[in-house]
Amino acid sequence: MTPFTFTLRQEPPQRVDLSALTPDRLAGKSVAEIEKIEIGTTRASTKVGDLFKVSEGDLKNLRYEGGSARFDLVGAKLLPEFSIHVEGDVGLQLGRLATGGRITVSGNAGAYAASGNAGAHIEIKGDVGELLAAPLAGELAGMSGGRVVVRGNAGARAGDRLRRGILIIEGNAGEDLGSRVIAGTIIVLGETVERVGYLNRRGSLVLAKRKDFGPTYLDCGAHLFTFARLFSRSLRADSAGASALLSGRLQRFGGDTAVYGKGEILTPA
Amino acid sequence: MQGIVRNGVRIDESFAEAFPMAATGLVITAPTRKWVNQAAATATGYATSVIGCDCEAGVDRELSEDETPDGRPGVRLLFFAFSAKGAEKALVNRVGQCILTCPGTALYSAFDGDLKIKVGDSMRQFGDKWQMSKAIDGRRFWRVPVMDGEFFVEGQVGVLKKCVGGGNLLIMGADWESTMRATEAGVEAINAVPDAIMPFPGGIVRSGSKVGSQYKGMSASTNDAYCPTLRGVTKTALEDDIGCTLEIVIDGLSDAAVREAMRAGLKAIIDLGPETGAKRVGAGNYGGKLGPFHYHLKDLVP
Repeated sequence: MTPFTFTLRQEPPQRVDLSALTPDRLAGKSVAEIEKIEIGTTRASTKVGDLFKVSEGDLKNLRYEGGSARFDLVGAKLLPEFSIHVEGDVGLQLGRLATGGRITVSGNAGAYAASGNAGAHIEIKGDVGELLAAPLAGELAGMSGGRVVVRGNAGARAGDRLRRGILIIEGNAGEDLGSRVIAGTIIVLGETVERVGYLNRRGSLVLAKRKDFGPTYLDCGAHLFTFARLFSRSLRADSAGASALLSGRLQRFGGDTAVYGKGEILTPA
Repeated sequence: MQGIVRNGVRIDESFAEAFPMAATGLVITAPTRKWVNQAAATATGYATSVIGCDCEAGVDRELSEDETPDGRPGVRLLFFAFSAKGAEKALVNRVGQCILTCPGTALYSAFDGDLKIKVGDSMRQFGDKWQMSKAIDGRRFWRVPVMDGEFFVEGQVGVLKKCVGGGNLLIMGADWESTMRATEAGVEAINAVPDAIMPFPGGIVRSGSKVGSQYKGMSASTNDAYCPTLRGVTKTALEDDIGCTLEIVIDGLSDAAVREAMRAGLKAIIDLGPETGAKRVGAGNYGGKLGPFHYHLKDLVP
């Protein structure tokens, strides 16, 4: 069945809040009603109908034909079993507080992508901005479940305060990757810069490229991890590179001993 | 009593009477098949009958590298107890003493079940705060540091509440050798049936019991009607050509699994014939009033 589609008519005149456009919140509404939904974020009004041509279809699967860096909160609070595909870029807070479902973005995503995600599978074919999966100001924990796959590069502080779930960054990661991680898993296939795992408590950072992790990470030797074998198999469909990285012997650096110190950085032995 | 004859083997017009039980399943993996089998043997030891053990346990089947969550050789074990609580207690003790301790092993839940019991979640503290939790695909695991690396264990294991324990076949033959041949053939056939285990030594029990005893306070005692050496002096169930009786007891995850297991065992025993194998097959019951599951042999013969 063809997905329920929003075709972009023109570049948005202002940032738009698309959190109202998820399957559960659109259910039972007619196209005319949907076109009247206010999505503007300033005093000037922007309605769904001003920006999109709405064509009805299977509401379980939403599709945006055309994206923009001004598309904020796409797939916010998405529920399990639903999916959203964006053919183009998105803005801030993609999949914010989603509890399940699947989001794919063919272009780039802005800052705070997957912020507070609790279970959604999010794939971004391009790059993401800073603070991937991070909490908003004032929140105590970042992403608490689900899986995020970034095919491109990630900005600074990816995985900040990650609590649970898996981040896979196939490209490079910006500075302060995995800062203040509480738990969960971050996998980076490209380069990392500056500090990594700053104040990491119980999280696992799996990095394809080894470098000096500073004096607060302590070498625990090379080992075969059963959990890595399980992860390797489970991640095969999402990222062949991540799967291969986890299939071999891994050098374990325990830390960050500046804090709780029960986390780790794993790199190929 | 004896109406049916198949391939020269007499089949009693009797039925096996079985009882509801709760069951849990584990998948155990290890780096080599040797240590998988060792873990399985240790974890399912002293688990023949709930009359005297904490549970009834056995190997359902071996798993190849492709069938296990971590790609190592594995085995699927089933544990049966009277209640989910009983199963939990037995399992936590057994995992703590037999799997945690066994080199190289990891433990996974074999099925989701009706409810969950804590296994890894109650064992993680062995890690003395060095344990790490890992969640993936909706399941949570614990990495507990141990002297050979890490013990990787799933937090919770599924329990099925509506399982069946006590399906059985009584195999009777001329002597020990021929009866054992038939019984072993039956055990081998039942081993191939999924979701069913035979908890007794090698799947076979030689001390079938009856309800009650001549001694006060003993609830069960030897089933003298089937003891060949008492054939003349007691109210026997054995004919003159029977010199040995062995029993196969079957626990299954479902009514259908026990039925299939009994059917497969019966067929293998009948196929062997009365000359090399058994002369007669019966089944044990308590009059049909105690257990809700009845397996009539006449419905199971090929």
